[in-house]
Amino acid sequence: MVENTQLVSLTVDGKKISAPAGTLLIDACKASGIEIPSFCYYPGLSLQAACRMCVVRIDKMPKLQTACTVPVAEGMVVTSESDEVRQARKATIEILLGNHPLDCPVCDAGGECELQDMTFTYGAAESRFMEAKAHKEEQQWSPVVFFDRPRCILCYRCVRVCGEVMDVWALGVQNRGVNSVIAPNMGDHLECEECGQCIDICPVGALTSGAYRYKTRPWEMNHVGTVCTHCGDGCKTTLGVRRADNGMEIVRGDNRDKSGINGDFLCIKGRYAFDFQQHPDRLKQPLVRKDGKLKPATWDEAFDTIAKRFNAIREQHGGAGFGVIGSTRTTNEENYLLQKFARSVLGTNNIDHHRTADYPAFAAALAGKPEMAASLRDFEKTPAILLIGNDPTHQHPMLATAIRNNVRLHGAKLFIVNHEGLKLRRQSKAYAHIPKDGYGKFIAFLGGDDAVASALANGHTNREQLMAMREMLRGEHQLVIVFGAEVRGKDLETLVKLGMSHTGVKFACLGDYANSRGAADMGLYPDLLPGFTPLADAGDFAAEYGASLPKSAGMDLEKMVDAAKAGKLPAMFVVGANPMARYNVQLGELKNCFLVVQDMFLTETAAMADVVLPAANAYEKSGTMTNTYGDLQIVRPAGDFAGAKPDLELIVRIADRMGVAPQSLVPFGRGTRADMGQSRGAQSGEADRHAIWMVAQGIEPKVSPFDPQALLDEIQRLVPGYGFSRLNLFAGNDVPTHTAGKGKGAHQDPELIWPANDTLFTSGTLGRYSNTLNSVVEAHEGKRYPTQVETD
Amino acid sequence: MVISEKLDRFFTEKMPEYPTKRSFLVPMLLYTQDELGCLTDEAIAYLAKKTELTELEVRNVISYYSMLRTKPMGKFHVQVCTNISCQLRGGDEIYEHCKHKLGIGHKQTTADGVFSLEEVECIGACSWAPAVQVNYDFHENLTPGKMDKVLEDYRNRK
Amino acid sequence: MADLVQHPDEVRVISQRFGKGAAGIETYLALGGYQSLRKALGMKPDEIINEVKTSALRGRGGAGFPTGMKWSFVPKESAKPKYILVNGDESEPGTCKDRLILEHDPHAVIEGVLIAGLAVGARQGFIYVRGEYRYLVDILRKALDEARAKGFVGKKICGSDVDFEVYWHTGAGAYEVGEESALMESLEGKRGIPRIRPPFPAVVGLWGGPTVINNVETIAAIPHIIEMGGAKYASYGPPKNGGTRLFCLSGHVNKPGVYELPLGYPMKKLIYEVGGGIPGGKKLKAVVPGGSSTFLLTPDEADGINCDFDSFSARGEFLGSGGVVVLDEDTCMVNFALRIMKFYQHESCGWCIPCREGTDWLKKTLTRFHAGGGVDKDIDNILYLSQNMLGRTFCPLGDAAAIPTMSIVKKWRNEFEDHLHGKPCPYESRVWPEPALA
Ligand SMILES: Cc1cc2nc3c(=O)[nH]c(=O)nc-3n(C[C@H](O)[C@H](O)[C@H](O)COP(=O)(O)O)c2cc1C
Ligand code: SF4
Ligand code: FES
Repeated sequence: MVENTQLVSLTVDGKKISAPAGTLLIDACKASGIEIPSFCYYPGLSLQAACRMCVVRIDKMPKLQTACTVPVAEGMVVTSESDEVRQARKATIEILLGNHPLDCPVCDAGGECELQDMTFTYGAAESRFMEAKAHKEEQQWSPVVFFDRPRCILCYRCVRVCGEVMDVWALGVQNRGVNSVIAPNMGDHLECEECGQCIDICPVGALTSGAYRYKTRPWEMNHVGTVCTHCGDGCKTTLGVRRADNGMEIVRGDNRDKSGINGDFLCIKGRYAFDFQQHPDRLKQPLVRKDGKLKPATWDEAFDTIAKRFNAIREQHGGAGFGVIGSTRTTNEENYLLQKFARSVLGTNNIDHHRTADYPAFAAALAGKPEMAASLRDFEKTPAILLIGNDPTHQHPMLATAIRNNVRLHGAKLFIVNHEGLKLRRQSKAYAHIPKDGYGKFIAFLGGDDAVASALANGHTNREQLMAMREMLRGEHQLVIVFGAEVRGKDLETLVKLGMSHTGVKFACLGDYANSRGAADMGLYPDLLPGFTPLADAGDFAAEYGASLPKSAGMDLEKMVDAAKAGKLPAMFVVGANPMARYNVQLGELKNCFLVVQDMFLTETAAMADVVLPAANAYEKSGTMTNTYGDLQIVRPAGDFAGAKPDLELIVRIADRMGVAPQSLVPFGRGTRADMGQSRGAQSGEADRHAIWMVAQGIEPKVSPFDPQALLDEIQRLVPGYGFSRLNLFAGNDVPTHTAGKGKGAHQDPELIWPANDTLFTSGTLGRYSNTLNSVVEAHEGKRYPTQVETD
Repeated sequence: MVISEKLDRFFTEKMPEYPTKRSFLVPMLLYTQDELGCLTDEAIAYLAKKTELTELEVRNVISYYSMLRTKPMGKFHVQVCTNISCQLRGGDEIYEHCKHKLGIGHKQTTADGVFSLEEVECIGACSWAPAVQVNYDFHENLTPGKMDKVLEDYRNRK
Repeated sequence: MADLVQHPDEVRVISQRFGKGAAGIETYLALGGYQSLRKALGMKPDEIINEVKTSALRGRGGAGFPTGMKWSFVPKESAKPKYILVNGDESEPGTCKDRLILEHDPHAVIEGVLIAGLAVGARQGFIYVRGEYRYLVDILRKALDEARAKGFVGKKICGSDVDFEVYWHTGAGAYEVGEESALMESLEGKRGIPRIRPPFPAVVGLWGGPTVINNVETIAAIPHIIEMGGAKYASYGPPKNGGTRLFCLSGHVNKPGVYELPLGYPMKKLIYEVGGGIPGGKKLKAVVPGGSSTFLLTPDEADGINCDFDSFSARGEFLGSGGVVVLDEDTCMVNFALRIMKFYQHESCGWCIPCREGTDWLKKTLTRFHAGGGVDKDIDNILYLSQNMLGRTFCPLGDAAAIPTMSIVKKWRNEFEDHLHGKPCPYESRVWPEPALA
């Protein structure tokens, strides 16, 4: 659809304003600072005109008009504030309050309720009614969704967000008149994607969250905007936190302020799956193996044990004695630090992480054309999208939502190529159902190889349909091609090359975890330095690190695990990863390997370790993360768990005990080693307190060796593609980075990419520790929900 | 088959008159109810499938229309209008009379399942008030005495 | 089924075939049926519309909008199919005329649809009949089958090159579905929630196509207008209020019934001559002029007014749907207001706040008030609530609930005062227990 840019001028309350033709009066007013109240109007959802709060007087119109349905017109004269208008709104609230329970003191929405706000504004305090209010018991619709019928004002926002935005259609309106009621799809309960969008969009406290209800009052929480720890989309989430016995507890997640790339969207994981943070199984103190058993130990004992063994092994075996495995859920700064530590302190290129996408091949293919990488934001408005592989509804819920919204609101054309039926197919213009091993052939077909067409055609999609789809695709001049892990290596290269021959094509490569992309970008590869820099081009890094870096490629994850099993890897350092579960290594199978693990839980891997350090998670620290589209965002500490420390601090402390000057790892300005005080909570050390003050003053603190911003500085200076705008980043916005390796990145062994295959209701090892995630029925049906739609 | 084949065939034949499948939903609901006595879960599932709607959506529609129901009523559903024209000519008396005679109240069914009673809104018999509809049959210009006769006739018909 | 009545003042246009078995097509043809269709097939669309404009026919559904003008709003060209939709939802309390037309003269409605379609370029028509009128659906289905068999409906109607389909449809109990946009929603298989306007149905209607929506009586008048010519039809009524209409006389009159009288017929004569006056020689207290949604008239007002659209709109009131309900001196106006409000509370679709909550509060307050539990401020509250519904709701149902209530409180305020302070209703020997409408 073509954007209408023609401006229309009108007068509202004597003020001249203008807005693009077609804008709704309510939006035009809002943009000009004139707030018109509404319950049912919600930008991006279908119009209802049901609540009648937005009434205004428009000259030459006989009745008051609803500003939510009237488009601006040239010369329109509007009165939005007058006795008549105020009276109409007041009466509407009075009538509404007549049947509304006045249980604000115990209502979850108290303090955040649009009905309260409007009553405050229009002063409908006098009660004209004598009859009793209808009472109904609260209903539980799912572990996460509760419904308090009497509080519902029937604005239909929940019904619309569920249907129009989520394409789930699990809520309906039943009965009529004053008996009208919002009803869930299963009669007395809901079966849905459990995204909780309905709860956040509810202007009152009718829909409440199972995770949050009756826990606290909104004003008793601190609200921290940070990034979700789950999938690679990197939604911004605002966490409500309050003091707990052992730190700070996260009690709520939402993004009601619509800031960030995801607007108000969050899926079940972003909204509720923060509860691992206070899981009773969390590690509260270091564990050291004694007499074959992991036993609680002091921090000093743990660090000493590690430092001694690491130093000894370095002495004896050099860098080859170490294997380092990083995380897809730690921050960029931590990942960067880990590779720096591995390469410059341990002296090894044996470093890797759980790969879920072929980012190196993507970087190599895009080299020199960073502008061809699509941001998540590109999906909002691009006129056409080609999705190859992946199931975004499950693996990239925000991407799926962005695509649906684009199709719904802007008429974007969606083309899907997959070996399965996806829910997104309902939005697609064309759908090619290909064999599971047909992705490479499809790319060849796209490139003009008609010979493979017959191999691609199957019972579902025939040759003509494939041809027609290719023809349509060739006609698209602004196309975003987004692909999953099905496309890797040579195929990926061919696809990107093909796209490059057209103008207006952009690409996105889908990886699975919250900072998978960051792990890749920060060089957690045996053969690539940060920014996909080949080992041979280590110049800048070597100069900065002041050390000679190992020259030859190290072992990849699989080789390291094999070596450890074979007794050929004397030490392994695992940060926030669970490789032993993935490779199905059993306890006792590792031989002569000193294993150090930093994690939140005693995972399969941690259970084998010699030293386990309790780590903080991404909700408990600061730093940055990069989503799978390369959008960089800031991570802020919200929760706090006594006993755990951020991985960054743990790495610095290990290095410190090994005798390495912290400053050589973290360029923390004028601070001294004495700044290594406590780093968490209200009892944090001088450095941290100072840092808080500095942040408040708008100054970037770099005064502590645990300060991620000191590392961010270095990343910005050294890592290709990370020349982002600090101003925007620190303002809480997402900023694009560009995968742009210097020259050609290494080809990865495609076999090393293991997609996580998470569903909406799982999240790797982390998901096991979210009670909420495991509590919903959809997680346990044995089949996938939403069920895949028919493919033919 | 939840409904008779004849009815299903009728549905299948008439549906193409509309550009969308769901358009025929309201009549289908009513005719299904006529056959089954009420809209059972099975009937709802059947109609949802037939119209390619979710069962929720079908229920949303059912609950909007006052003639549609998901619980059975009596064999003879006595619907007494008490709206203005009937009110002025004794509709309330007829309603009270029926309550008394049948021993049931609004939307209730007699123990033997023969009669059910409902106070309804204007049924379009204003000039022949007071009026009652039993199932789809109109009975007009009623008095309590005539009403007795009407009920008696139905009772004998069962 | 319903009894037919007669009065010498009647001008039988629409009702001319009533009681003659014209539901059967042979009789209908013998009485001149489908001649107008043949005539219209030979006319240009604009000629048909002009004839209807000349006839000064105004919608019989309640709003009285000039039919010819409504038709002329339909765009000539349309990418989507156009439709004629006949509103046979007849549920306005006091109104029972469409029922007679569909029972006695269904072919006139079918013929009217065909002519309307020729006028606006529609080739499909739907006749929506309320669910309670099942016997009419059966009559209509039979009539449609006959008309199809005789070539008036279907492919190449009357041997012309016009294909025209007319279908029946039925509701399932909902007054609100009579509102034109809710009617379309219902016909599309949805809950009867009205649509946002604009766009108006003439431009975007059924399934997105331009749609003409007319009342059964309006459509039934069309063949007669084509046959006799618009000018002749117009001449039955006063200027701009063409023709005759079916008045449904009910309540406290000696001869209730449906009478076809020219528009502009004096209300007083309607009650006392046509209706034979009030039983027991009682005095008149009030008149509902056109269904429960209209302003009630006091005896003085009723005395001087003629039953045409403009006489009423000159007073800022409405002639309505033809349902004339007469109330004698012994009627309790509070109880009457309560019964009306119960109806609207029951029928509100629930979409918008002022109507959904307002009708419920008014019903509750009036119930308590009539039962003797009223307090002083209730009277003003009732007025306040209805005034704040008027013009504030999504569709006119809110207005329809507010209008009679406001007029009763204003014109019979003394009766409210008589109910105050714990006294039981002073106008009736007993207070009916509140009927338990769900
Ligand atoms: C609440 C409500 C109920 C209505 N019910 C009916 C009805 O039952 N029959 C009818 O013909 N018009 C009814 N109308 C009027 C219709 O909306 C519409 O104006 C009419 O069908 C147009 O036809 P006409 O121009 O021939 O009168 C109703 C309007 C409202 C607001
Ligand atoms: S006024 Fe509002 S609630 Fe009432 S029927 Fe119309 S839309 Fe529905
Ligand atoms: S916002 Fe306009 S009516 Fe609700």
